Amino acid sequence: MYCVTLAHHEDFAGWREAARALALAGVRAEGISWQVGDAPQDLFGDEAIPDAQPGAALTVPKPFIGLAQSVICHSDTERFARLYSMLLKLQQNRRALEDKADPLLRRLEELRKAVGRDLHKMRAFVRFREMPEEGVPDGKRYVAWFEPDHHIVRTNAPFFQRRFAAMHWSILTPELCAHWDGRALSFTPGATRADAPDGDPVEETWKTYFASIFNPARVKVKAMTAEMPKKYWKNMPETALVPGLIAGARARELEMVEKSKGKSLKPVEVRGLKRAEEEERRLSPGGNRLAAWEALLEEAKRCTRCPLYKPATQMVFGEGPVDAPLMLIGEQPGDQEDQAGRPFVGPAGQVLDDALDKAGIDRSQTYVTNAVKHFKFEQRGKRRIHSKPGAQEIEACRWWADQERDLIAPKVTVALGATAARSMIGKVVTISKTRGAAIELPGGGEGWVTVHPSYLLRIPDKGKADEELARFIEDLRTVQNRLTALAA
Amino acid sequence: MARLDTRQKLAILADAAKYDASCASSGTQKRDSSGGKGIGSTEGMGICHAYAPDGRCISLLKILLTNSCIFDCHYCINRKSSNVRRARFTPEEVVQLTLNFYRRNYIEGLFLSSGIIRSSNYTMEQLVEVARTLREVHDFRGYIHLKTIPDADEELVRQAGLYADRVSINVELPTERGLKELAPEKDEKRIEGAMTDMKSAIDDLKDARRKFKSAPKFAPAGQSTQMIVGADGADDGAIIMRASGLYDRFKLRRVYYSAFSPIPDASAVLPLSRPPLMREHRLYQSDWLMRFYGYTPSEVVAASDDGMLPLDIDPKLAWALKFRDRFPVDVNRAPREMLLRVPGLGTKAVKSILGARRFRQLRLDDIRRLTVSLKKLQPFIVAADWRPVALTDRADLRTLVKPRREQLELFAA
Repeated sequence: MYCVTLAHHEDFAGWREAARALALAGVRAEGISWQVGDAPQDLFGDEAIPDAQPGAALTVPKPFIGLAQSVICHSDTERFARLYSMLLKLQQNRRALEDKADPLLRRLEELRKAVGRDLHKMRAFVRFREMPEEGVPDGKRYVAWFEPDHHIVRTNAPFFQRRFAAMHWSILTPELCAHWDGRALSFTPGATRADAPDGDPVEETWKTYFASIFNPARVKVKAMTAEMPKKYWKNMPETALVPGLIAGARARELEMVEKSKGKSLKPVEVRGLKRAEEEERRLSPGGNRLAAWEALLEEAKRCTRCPLYKPATQMVFGEGPVDAPLMLIGEQPGDQEDQAGRPFVGPAGQVLDDALDKAGIDRSQTYVTNAVKHFKFEQRGKRRIHSKPGAQEIEACRWWADQERDLIAPKVTVALGATAARSMIGKVVTISKTRGAAIELPGGGEGWVTVHPSYLLRIPDKGKADEELARFIEDLRTVQNRLTALAA
Repeated sequence: MARLDTRQKLAILADAAKYDASCASSGTQKRDSSGGKGIGSTEGMGICHAYAPDGRCISLLKILLTNSCIFDCHYCINRKSSNVRRARFTPEEVVQLTLNFYRRNYIEGLFLSSGIIRSSNYTMEQLVEVARTLREVHDFRGYIHLKTIPDADEELVRQAGLYADRVSINVELPTERGLKELAPEKDEKRIEGAMTDMKSAIDDLKDARRKFKSAPKFAPAGQSTQMIVGADGADDGAIIMRASGLYDRFKLRRVYYSAFSPIPDASAVLPLSRPPLMREHRLYQSDWLMRFYGYTPSEVVAASDDGMLPLDIDPKLAWALKFRDRFPVDVNRAPREMLLRVPGLGTKAVKSILGARRFRQLRLDDIRRLTVSLKKLQPFIVAADWRPVALTDRADLRTLVKPRREQLELFAA
């Protein structure tokens, strides 16, 4: 067993020298252990590397040098051995590099590609911050903190040298730091984030630019994260704005459309907005939770757990941020909800929106859903009259409501009306007895019960109705206070 | 009105510039700041320094010098009848912004455009002044893209070309009728005239450089243009033919498409729906087919249905589904041109196939390693161990090969 120790992670010269001698001596790839720096020696690596005979030549096609120089920078621990195998292969077949379907070459090409991407992303995402320093141009040194995936700092430093020749700069990374003083590049051991400055006077201006150049009418979050993966975000000042920009985008667009119209929307626009809403649901933050929620939504669309799916136009699922601290459960979609595909958009939704507003609750930060997801009605002529869901239907649909609550895990869940309360708690309760006190829910979080907004619409006596409405708002206020207390 | 500070102006003038699609910073000469007193380099490939949530890259500081304008083009947020807040940078402010951003590695350079104030010449002078100051006073060697004003003096346009890497003039709308209706003060003849002048200036200076090494470089990244999709009635066929005509006649580097998006305070003449992003995307794909895959414009148009490219599948797949008699293609024998027509094979994969098949009979497993998705191209190829048999002729092939996710259609209008 031969053991080769290289000076540093991307020591191409060292690798080349050792590989040449070993290949000329006919050593097979399995017989070599490659080490970097002070890493502990391989237990069995005790044979001396044979000296290359003077005059003995080992040649490779030129493209191999470029490939090897690049692959050496990868963090893959097998890279030295892989390159050595390729070197041997090239001694058998000088044109082996043209056989792109060869698995070893394919792997090396992948490594090269990953290094190339890392180099490119470093050139793109390094952000310099100024730091006062005497004796340099303008009295400023430009310092950046960056965390590359591979061993690329040494390779990439000349790019920054060529680009910022007149500046004095340093790029700090965990493994190696590069510095330029106007005359020569130098390298020092790794640093920590705390060694780099934590702000810059131009950053606010840059953020202004980032926010202003964004066109809210065309949100394409996937396209953004494909090219600017989240792992880079922490060192880029502008990315702090992204969640806010996405959240505000549709509101800004709607505002534009509304402002310039002032009239009702055309059917095509309504469809467009509906799509936008669906899209927006996908966009709200939450990571895996969002993917899980989307999967749940897709499944629920095909639900046939009770017969209600047949006459209804569509399944109406919950909506709102998947990390909402507050969840509202209603009874079931009404006529308008059934057509719109969204919960609480009809007359009861109006009442709810007003009440939430008065209680200081932001509906856009709340997850709103129904105990039963399909509209149950009786056809009377042209009208579809709301019909109360039965015990079996509520039970069947608890399957979805429970999963929604598990996923979103709200701190507080509010059941609006008896049907919702039954779904939330799992047994029949009366509103008057449960109202106004927290109920501990199985699976965490606390539940509250109040009336359904449509109940308020059905009270014939104006005085009584106002009284009940005030009580409803008071209930919501209590919930809001509870949320504030829980968040503190 | 209180005076605006630079940041407030930036917010207004970057906002006003976002409807220009181009952000390319590639394809210019190779240069760097070694030995100079300034900063900046361009090394062939452009760099995207950030991405906005609209999925577009941020490579250049893209701003207007001013958003005041004497024109009244309906699709434009800056038209004189629009109610937007106006602002104006001084050339020095733009210069300092560019340098400050560049030093911190935020950008590759500057993309400067402007509303037209006073006169075309006056506006053009101001644009040129910014570029001149950057180049001559600060020895800035990064990328500069200047939008030129159609009616400006020839000498001014020539100067723009000397300082800038790329110059562009927007044709704005794919049809002359659209331009007449929506941009009444603009004139196709004048726009095309300016593009012709630019082309001959680029050609002249290229000629001169062949003879004298000392001749100055002129717009080394060439000229480009942009048209708005979805504001007038032009169908995809018309847009593709128009773009290919522009490429031929003016040797453009790029034709950009910008899906018309609702703008604040829009004119009542325009549709107010979500921008047809998927349509824009398909047009770019068809652009690629013409530039890198050897399709003629009429072939791309043939892939469309009644002049509109399908939104659910890409134009290459659409073409393949329409002309099934050309398939399957034998990956071990077919010429490069035919391999390029296989849906799912890109230029790189084709190159790899051509290299690899000299060494081995390519089997399906080999192809799998060389491409992204075997499933898509399987019905269209023959390999050593694979023959699609009846697959190519199946009536439901479209559903078999089209992307499963419906999400793409979300963007369609």
